[in-house]
Amino acid sequence: MYQLIKQIIKTGIKTESPPLPDEAMRVETQRLQEEILHVFGSALNIRHVDAGSCNGCELEIHAVNNAYYNIEGLGIKFVASPRHADILLVTGPVSRHMVTALKRTFDATPEPKLVVAIGDCACDGGIFGESYASCGRVANVIPVDVVVSGCPPTPTAILQGILTAISTPK
Amino acid sequence: MPITHPNLHLTQLAGAIPAWLGEIKPDDLQPICQNVRDGGGRLVALWGSDTREQGKGYTLHIALVNETGLICLSVPLPAGQPGYPDVSQIFPVANRMQRAAYDLLGIYAHEGHDHRKWLRHGAWHGGSFPLRKDFDAVLSRTNEPDAYPFVQVEGQGVHEIAVGPVHAGIIEPGHFRFSVVGEKTLRLEERFGYAHKGIEKRFESLTVQHAAKLAGRVSGDSTVAYAWAYAMAAESIAAVTPPDRAVWLRALFLERERIANHLGDLGYLGNDVALSFGFAQFWILKEQVLRNNAALFGHRYLMDKIIPGGVAADLVESGAQSGKQTLFKECAMLEHEVRLLRGIYEEHAGVQDRFIGAGRIEPKLAARLGLCGLAGRASSQSWDARVQFPCAPYDKLDVQMATYRNGDVAARVIVRFDELFESLRLQREILANLIHDDGLAIPLAKLPAHGFGVGMVEGWRGEVLVAIHTDADGNLTRVHPHDPSWQNWPVLEHAVIGNIVPDFPLINKSFNLSYSGQDL
Repeated sequence: MYQLIKQIIKTGIKTESPPLPDEAMRVETQRLQEEILHVFGSALNIRHVDAGSCNGCELEIHAVNNAYYNIEGLGIKFVASPRHADILLVTGPVSRHMVTALKRTFDATPEPKLVVAIGDCACDGGIFGESYASCGRVANVIPVDVVVSGCPPTPTAILQGILTAISTPK
Repeated sequence: MPITHPNLHLTQLAGAIPAWLGEIKPDDLQPICQNVRDGGGRLVALWGSDTREQGKGYTLHIALVNETGLICLSVPLPAGQPGYPDVSQIFPVANRMQRAAYDLLGIYAHEGHDHRKWLRHGAWHGGSFPLRKDFDAVLSRTNEPDAYPFVQVEGQGVHEIAVGPVHAGIIEPGHFRFSVVGEKTLRLEERFGYAHKGIEKRFESLTVQHAAKLAGRVSGDSTVAYAWAYAMAAESIAAVTPPDRAVWLRALFLERERIANHLGDLGYLGNDVALSFGFAQFWILKEQVLRNNAALFGHRYLMDKIIPGGVAADLVESGAQSGKQTLFKECAMLEHEVRLLRGIYEEHAGVQDRFIGAGRIEPKLAARLGLCGLAGRASSQSWDARVQFPCAPYDKLDVQMATYRNGDVAARVIVRFDELFESLRLQREILANLIHDDGLAIPLAKLPAHGFGVGMVEGWRGEVLVAIHTDADGNLTRVHPHDPSWQNWPVLEHAVIGNIVPDFPLINKSFNLSYSGQDL
């Protein structure tokens, strides 16, 4: 126990300051009112849905939770059910086998809700494109508010996308 | 010769690893597989190809491995009734691969016990096969719900827990059906294919260079291993050898991928037994490795840095802070920190109580089911392609294999720690040997016609295999990427039997298998 506590003290605080919102990521005109966004901003629940990714984007979503980006320090946390969520974070081209699950997850998320598409595949189909097995971008299946490109996008970009979704357009 | 059989004539393939190719008749398939199995060999991959244009009907391909190397067998099947003798009785791991080969190509195993679909849900109808050259994506589209006949467990007090495809954490999609009594798991059945996005079909429309990017996205956490295996296969067909500097850099990338993934898993394994300290600490270390990757090579996960013919990133030596110095410092820091954290894990009674005995796979069962890679080595299955078939530069590195016999979560943690330290040692060796100045890549614009090449790389999870077939113009006519998760997912079903349901996330994490890599 002594070693453990010593290690915590030695490590100190690693968290870096979060990025500012970036309006260029917004694809949908803000649908939610400012007051709601204000409430969201201080306690936001995210449900992640992998709709068919290569798992590269998942690595970076995990990284958003590490001590450097410390997403929970901003009052934002990942939850286990869409019924608890304010935002859906969707990765991957949407495989045809995931269409039903993605739509049901979207429907199960209470209004008001936002959708952030994470990664090149979620933005435009990426290298997998549209095919017998893939529907391409997330917006082909459910409405998307903010897109974060990158293969995979960096944790900073993911954080920026989430913060953009809940910020008021300037 | 790796194996002898009167009807088998093998020719050795060019390339970085010992591999042979031979064509056999369907009737010889089972005896040859049995021969390899009896000699302690394993089945690595099974796939099919549409060779009707060459007047050959369909072809079944099987990659077997024994102590001498890879044995790739082609079995021509008649176009009218493309059936072949079942090999899943000899190699149980073939079961899902045979079912996937049917879903995608329509070739099937006679007298198999399990003819349920595997990768197909409802996106295309059962009579159409995406990997056939005359497949029509529009005509074969359906939106049937996925009616899948799960095995029912009956008896007093048995109930089912259905989980997924959308999981509670940040995980890939898949479905788990638990049959439980109280807290105890009687049976687990997996249902995958949710992440099937048509990777193999997509390969057929890409150039050799562009396809390297797709290979690096079969399973993102193993991007280096896939890109290398793909490049190795392409170089095998073209019979070219990449520059020395390129192969040393490839090994550096592969070991860095192993280091990053093992760090991440060790953190999550702590987290899954409620020691969030472990997650915080190990992910600080992982982030530092990723940041060094981005600063030195231009990508946090080193995607697209291995290309056919060589590499696309170099370790720059000039400047105030040389790349080598940065990495030597990183090695020293990681060795110190991980040693400390290992001590904390090992002395933590709560952690050890959850790790020891959970999800045990006895060596005997591991051998029978063909458990491979890291999880295999934690159950005494001493296979590591870097040791047995050391391609350059591993032939100069003398990799020490980490094995353990207990086969439980604790064993898989120990193997990860041991491999982490070994990878740090290897990284030091590689940096010391990175002295060649013979360029980063040789151009590989076009592959020869009617070629076959194969590459196999020991990724952090296990052996990753990529096979390439070219057509009459040297274009990619069939590419098959194989993930070690094909071997290990079925074993997870056994690992959880008798364990309590709340231990499933821990046991699952201790294997950490890829969904995308097997869904394709």
